[in-house]
Amino acid sequence: MPEYKDIVELILTTIDEVNELLPADRQLERSVDTVVFGGDGKLDSLGLVTFIVAVEQKIAETFNVTVTLADEKAMSQRNSPFRNVGALAGYIKKLLAESGK
Amino acid sequence: MTGRKTMLITGARKGIGRYLCEYYSEKGFEIFGCSRGEADFYLENYHHYCLDVADEEQVREMFAAIRKSCGCLDVLVNNAGIASMNHILLTPRATVEKILNTNVVGTFLFCREAAKLMQAAGFGRIVNFATVATPLKLEGEAIYAASKAAIVSLTEILARELAPFGITVNAVGPTPVKTDLIRSVPREKMDALLARQAIHRFGEMGDISNVIDFFIQPGSDFVTGQVLYLGGV
Repeated sequence: MPEYKDIVELILTTIDEVNELLPADRQLERSVDTVVFGGDGKLDSLGLVTFIVAVEQKIAETFNVTVTLADEKAMSQRNSPFRNVGALAGYIKKLLAESGK
Repeated sequence: MTGRKTMLITGARKGIGRYLCEYYSEKGFEIFGCSRGEADFYLENYHHYCLDVADEEQVREMFAAIRKSCGCLDVLVNNAGIASMNHILLTPRATVEKILNTNVVGTFLFCREAAKLMQAAGFGRIVNFATVATPLKLEGEAIYAASKAAIVSLTEILARELAPFGITVNAVGPTPVKTDLIRSVPREKMDALLARQAIHRFGEMGDISNVIDFFIQPGSDFVTGQVLYLGGV
């Protein structure tokens, strides 16, 4: 089972990769407190799609498991898993645990 | 990485799919094909995967393998499709589910997974398969035509959703071609159908690859969301 810090590192690596595709004013800061979507988030809807796909692919490559990050389950959470990088890492850890990884 | 352009063709084992594999293999593409059964042919630069196009897990595994071996995909041709000719009063639910799963769910899954790969490269060409049965409103083809009407909508909307990533999405709408798909259709039905086309003949494989050639050529990067019906329908 991957540790929380490993998942945070995976997301931060993804941020580095996605930043290469984003315009300067939309780049994400490399931090657990970075807002992914909503509030002060810098990503527009297409940027969010690109980021989520990149994180899903990174999870598949790293942990050999397929997860869906943006489904009804994620959207119905009382606290959005996309509110910041730390929350997203926690949500991914939960999904991986449910999948037996 | 071979440096060749890469193409994925679904329903590759026989009929139009097999023809397209041979045609594009000859043109130098690295081809990934899939079908339910094993391929009974060998082609240079061809890789076959046995899967059900509506099985999400199997589809994901195929794309993971493509990502690993090539890292990219230039063209997706969603050829896999099934039909069943019957009056609605005689059509079992199981047939409806089978047709919708292969034709709609399968096309959707391949479009989604291909777009994920193509998006990273900022380039991609997706060609879906429609049918003249939809605009001709063919009796006896209600579910098949409806499934392909869904493909038309999917094509038009994906064209818009994927345009920002440099991906075009178009569809070719063939007339009947002499393949297994129409083997059980009575001759008089076929003649009546051909009579409704502007050009009264069966489609040839080359008619289809001609349209695909157009959609995937570099100069067609401003052509998306289009459905090109053959035979003047």
